[in-house]
Amino acid sequence: MKETFYERIGEAVCRERLTNGLEVCVVPKPGYAKKYAFFSTRYGGMDTRFCLDGQWLNTPAGIAHYLEHKMFDTREGNALQELAKNGAEPNAFTSNAMTAYYFDSTEHFEENLRILLSFVSIPYFTDESVAKEQGIIGQEIRMIEDNPDWQIYTRMLRAMYHRHAARTSIAGTVESIAEITADTLYDCHKAFYTPANMILTVVGDVDPVHVIDLANRVLPKLSGPIIERDYGTEPETVAEKETVLEMEVSAPQFLAGFKCAPATEGDDYMRAAILGDMASDILMGESSALYQRLYEQGLINPSFGGAFEMMPGVAYLYAGGDSKDANAVTDAILREAARIAAEGVDEDYFRRIRKASFGANLRGLNSFENIAVTLTEGYFHGYDPLRFPEVFESITPEDVAAFLKTNVTAERMVLSRIVPKQ
Amino acid sequence: MEATRIRLAEGVHLTYLPARKFKTSLLSAQFVTPLRRETAGANALLAAVLRRGTVSCPDMGALSAKMDNLYDASIDYTVRKKGENQCVGFVASFIDDRYAPDGERLLEPAAALLGELICDPVTYHGRFVPEYFESEKTNLLEAIRSLINDKRDWADSRLLRALCDGEAYAVPRLGDEETVDKLQALKVYTQYRDLISTAPLEIIYSGSADLERVKQALAAAFATLPREEVRVISTAAPHVCRESVQHVEDVLDVTQGKLGMGFSCGSDDMPALLMGNTLFGGSSNSKLFLNVREKLSLCYYASSLYHRQKGLITVSSGIEFQNYQRAYDEIMAQMEAVQKGELEDWELEGARSTLLNNYATVGDSQGKLENFYLGQAATGQHETPADLARAIQDMTAERICRAMSTVKLDTVYFLKGKEGEA
Repeated sequence: MKETFYERIGEAVCRERLTNGLEVCVVPKPGYAKKYAFFSTRYGGMDTRFCLDGQWLNTPAGIAHYLEHKMFDTREGNALQELAKNGAEPNAFTSNAMTAYYFDSTEHFEENLRILLSFVSIPYFTDESVAKEQGIIGQEIRMIEDNPDWQIYTRMLRAMYHRHAARTSIAGTVESIAEITADTLYDCHKAFYTPANMILTVVGDVDPVHVIDLANRVLPKLSGPIIERDYGTEPETVAEKETVLEMEVSAPQFLAGFKCAPATEGDDYMRAAILGDMASDILMGESSALYQRLYEQGLINPSFGGAFEMMPGVAYLYAGGDSKDANAVTDAILREAARIAAEGVDEDYFRRIRKASFGANLRGLNSFENIAVTLTEGYFHGYDPLRFPEVFESITPEDVAAFLKTNVTAERMVLSRIVPKQ
Repeated sequence: MEATRIRLAEGVHLTYLPARKFKTSLLSAQFVTPLRRETAGANALLAAVLRRGTVSCPDMGALSAKMDNLYDASIDYTVRKKGENQCVGFVASFIDDRYAPDGERLLEPAAALLGELICDPVTYHGRFVPEYFESEKTNLLEAIRSLINDKRDWADSRLLRALCDGEAYAVPRLGDEETVDKLQALKVYTQYRDLISTAPLEIIYSGSADLERVKQALAAAFATLPREEVRVISTAAPHVCRESVQHVEDVLDVTQGKLGMGFSCGSDDMPALLMGNTLFGGSSNSKLFLNVREKLSLCYYASSLYHRQKGLITVSSGIEFQNYQRAYDEIMAQMEAVQKGELEDWELEGARSTLLNNYATVGDSQGKLENFYLGQAATGQHETPADLARAIQDMTAERICRAMSTVKLDTVYFLKGKEGEA
């Protein structure tokens, strides 16, 4: 077991790679009653085409999410209820590139951890139980289809990407999930729920040695191979400039996306993520002159926000909110980016934003969930996220100006809009 | 961790929550005022206007610069409903002094800025700056209208409005469109002066500073707070159950229907109703989750909420339009099962440990701590999380059954799609 202490942020992490290939991270948090476990696989909504036992498989959209729902079924009953009986609050989510199962509890932590490791590693599906889930997930899909935030985001991704798997809706559609059977679920579990493709993160006042022992006892002794996936080849251009949908909303909404070049794995990935976030803040964060000007002109309101997002083979900057004139906002964003690219970033302003970004990342360490997600993403992409203070210091105003010059351009932009039903 | 509540001045109380385990400190200042249709909108609006600028930081740019330099200190205005009171104020969060890279003291400047936002807003001829007032009025109107964008929240609020028609509890947190639309700058300024002079002020601190230092920082920050004839905090009037069940429907262009049900509780045995509600629909182990969702696959979500201050239980669910009757029947059947005491031991223990886990982890989050102690102060309650846990510890099935037997259906709400489109 390797223990790393991060002095500037007052955190320690114990890491161990088990012989079966599973990475285990424990973050001791003395003084907290809550203990939190997060067990995750590098498998999400975008992993629908992959090679298993020498054969390329095409699986239905939404299958990773469907599998997440069905993993709670056990031969004895249901793990959700088993955990809840112990006062644990279990849950799970599926994102584009990750599926995670987690709980927090104050009592019976080790027993709960045993249940978590066991139900996630031992699949148990029947045709009947798989069919039953169609109704529940069908209603989940209906619910998100009525959600304008989901619609505008998904449609932005589809406008930005021609073929990349990031286009695939994580939950799938009512039609695509109808094709899912117990057999396809078993195939996906075999391919991706294998120790070398997974990481267990525990945060709280726990003994790391006990966690590692338990994982060694409960999980399979051997791992399957790492699976090759196909996300599709993607040109640099955007697929569609603009997309509009009518919905029952109170005011027009917009989301502008800027398609960026994806980063390679490792330390570059982390640096790219931090640079993208800082560029977003500097260009259009609440402290920026642009934000204040647009706010004062009534072109944006507190719903406005922007961020930088990355997943395998994908990177984009995006910004949006309610606005009566989306084109005026995107024009202003493009002009301000061009101005900064030409004139450079003001040094004082840059230092201020870097200070604020450090504070925001430090604040994130109050949240056990955030620590676990951050460590997991770092592991999947090959970097140590708790080194953020050093990475912030390595970024210069010139890096930000160059980023904006390359990425925030009319060619790279797509616009997704939702307008009120007439 | 011990909570200390002390009187600082007339109608000003500090809840001091010492903690060294967080990366941040939290300082909250909240005025507690009766929730009324006539004043709710103006209170929400004045908080937003105050957030636009102070005498020393008169615009967003100056405020942002100040907070960035305090390592991303955040000072958000908050408007919350606690029973039949409205809590209006600011929550400041800033990194704990121990993590300030250059050893700066952050409590004093953050407290000073908080005090300025409340006592020393930038004004124009003795009232709010007209541009700030008008733009925040527009934003507030948009925020109120945008409630319809999230159909689940919207359906929940429509149910509450019908259920508590004529009672203060039906007044939305941000007020309503009609009242806000008519607000004038001078009237809102007068209401602001009245609020800060006469409403009880609750201050909550969580962080590593000692009590004396916090008191001194607050004394300096609130030196100019006007205090005259401070009102006492009033408590909510219980809901009186309708003689016959009220049915309310809305029609929107949506793909999923929402069924909401409001029940009135005839008992005031709070811990028993809290447990009863957890068993009925308050957790992923509840009767609603296990039957309406897992067994019958009627929905993705079906859950219930106990409104302690009003003696109400509300159910929220998303279903196919044509499943209205099946979902209604099943929800009623599950309520009857709880009332008849059809409770297995594991259900009882699961509900108990869910609640105990919730109380045990309040102290693990500054946000939860602030919200908990504000809620207690604003509703005239004095229990700590540990007191509430004790009340649950030896709760019996008989007592739950007795309390839940007094629960009667009062109002049914249904959001359905437009005809021919379902």
